[in-house]
Amino acid sequence: MTRNRVLHAYTWILISWLVLPILVMIAFGFNDPRGRYNQTWQGFTLKWYGQLFAVPDLTDALIASLVVAVLSSLIAAVLGTGIGYALGRYRFRGAGVTNLIMFAAISSPELVMGASLLGFFVSMGVAPGGITLTIAHVMFSISFVATVVRARVVSLDRSIEEAAADLGATAWTTFWKVTFPILLPAVFSGLLLAFALSIDDFVITNFTAGNVQTFPLWIWGSTRVGLPPQVNVMGTLIFAVGVLIAVIVNLRSRRSKA
Amino acid sequence: MTTTPAIEFVGVRKDYLSHGESVPAVRSLDLAIAQGEFFSLLGPSGCGKTTTMRMVAGFEDPSAGTVFLAGRDVTGVAPNKRDVNMVFQSYALFPHLTVLQNVSFGLERKKVGKDEIRRRVGAMLEIVSLTGMEKRHPREMSGGQQQRVALARALVNEPRALLLDEPLGALDLKLRQQMQVELKRIQREVGITFVYVTHDQGEALTMSDRIAVMNAGLIEQLGTPREIYEKPSTRFVAGFIGTSNLIDGTVGHLDGDVAVLEPAPGERVLVPVRDGIRPGGTLEISVRPEKIDLHRNAPATTGTSLLSGVVTEVVYHGTSTNYTVATSAGADFTVFDQNASNAEDLASRGERVFLTWAPQHSYPIGV
Repeated sequence: MTRNRVLHAYTWILISWLVLPILVMIAFGFNDPRGRYNQTWQGFTLKWYGQLFAVPDLTDALIASLVVAVLSSLIAAVLGTGIGYALGRYRFRGAGVTNLIMFAAISSPELVMGASLLGFFVSMGVAPGGITLTIAHVMFSISFVATVVRARVVSLDRSIEEAAADLGATAWTTFWKVTFPILLPAVFSGLLLAFALSIDDFVITNFTAGNVQTFPLWIWGSTRVGLPPQVNVMGTLIFAVGVLIAVIVNLRSRRSKA
Repeated sequence: MTTTPAIEFVGVRKDYLSHGESVPAVRSLDLAIAQGEFFSLLGPSGCGKTTTMRMVAGFEDPSAGTVFLAGRDVTGVAPNKRDVNMVFQSYALFPHLTVLQNVSFGLERKKVGKDEIRRRVGAMLEIVSLTGMEKRHPREMSGGQQQRVALARALVNEPRALLLDEPLGALDLKLRQQMQVELKRIQREVGITFVYVTHDQGEALTMSDRIAVMNAGLIEQLGTPREIYEKPSTRFVAGFIGTSNLIDGTVGHLDGDVAVLEPAPGERVLVPVRDGIRPGGTLEISVRPEKIDLHRNAPATTGTSLLSGVVTEVVYHGTSTNYTVATSAGADFTVFDQNASNAEDLASRGERVFLTWAPQHSYPIGV
């Protein structure tokens, strides 16, 4: 019995540890601070939700973040699916190297990657900006998509594709009518992962964004002068959307398994 | 009816590369399978039966030789351009599609009209008894039902031949026996050539018009189930199909139309004489266990083979009793004794018994 109680306590501590910072973030979106600093609780208000876009620079930064995240996750999903499929399905010269590079991209420190990317862009004569930022985000998220897709491809019964060919489908039709629909859930989770990685990336973004202000960069720049409560509101909304998607995906996969 | 075989192999060989070495999967294959035939490729795993089938489907290309489908050379033709369909061991149903969509897949690829597809799929689902399940997904069905979907998905295309790769392997015994009967019925109904790959000799014997027993990349024997069972042409076939008692011996003398072997004093094995059997020659004989009569007292007959031995095992099976008898003529003999109403006394372990069988049930191997 006591062991059970310890386990209970431990579980709740762990959950609080994870949830408390998020609750603080959400709570201070409802705070009504008198000065510039939104750090002590001074009263409840909903006005920041009404004035969500009242700070033009913050709104621009959020839009920039969303554009980069959408673009880079879509590109990474397309390219990463190709890589993941090839690695999972075929044995070819260079497969080992590709696996290694993917692992390296996932495990290497962001600071190093950001600095070297900046150096690379500068030496290529490309001015850092929206394009280099998107390229950089595609670059670090592509491995995640490829890894997720590869895992699904490996577990896919080879004879399903053979059956399609046997029934008269060309390689092209087999991919779009059979393989891709089966891989779609994996591609979608890869895409979500890429989106999540992109929208809150700070380190690599800081090196490669040039004059573009993204949401995390703007927050970092504003901490010294005081964060407006809209930041908390936007954070809360991004979090809510994330939770919503997670719940939907979970429900869908549970239903399809039943 | 045409006399062109549905499937023909001419001088086909298939080698695989394994760790830089060429390993033969099929050594040499010359085989013609007739239109409308239920043909089985039977053999242990690694005998080349699945490779043979995959060369018909187009998933493997022969290293040498030619494969014909209905008289057309299809060597090197892609699977999607061949007029055959396959039922996979894992069924390989499309998990994201409904039964209706699975079964329509092949016809859609051939650009068959919507109404025609609906009509043919409906008729096929009726044949495999799946009417009413059109909207289900494969995961919502039992193994036996999935099996029928796989069958319908292939058959609805009216292929030149249907290839079945151990399709009943994943089903439990009851269902497997039921599906054997069902498959045979469906084959009769649609009249399509079936090529059935299996390692289960019972399955092959039950369903096939003809069987090719394969071993180590070669056909050991080709024939009807009855020929294969009663007249095994090699030691391998005799051992692989059912249970065989093998006797090695030297022909003593010829007595009219039977050759007589005398493994021990007072014992004899009678074999019908045929070309190649002469006094002094060695002979290998196969005797099926159910052809042997077991006696507790020395029988007076002279026109039968006669061996004596000691019972080492008695297993009661309800319809029959299986004895293992140690004899002087060969290894242990297996005898299936029908439990008829008059056979009330079972021999017991350690008892001396006498085995007799008619001369025509001694089958000389490889003569």
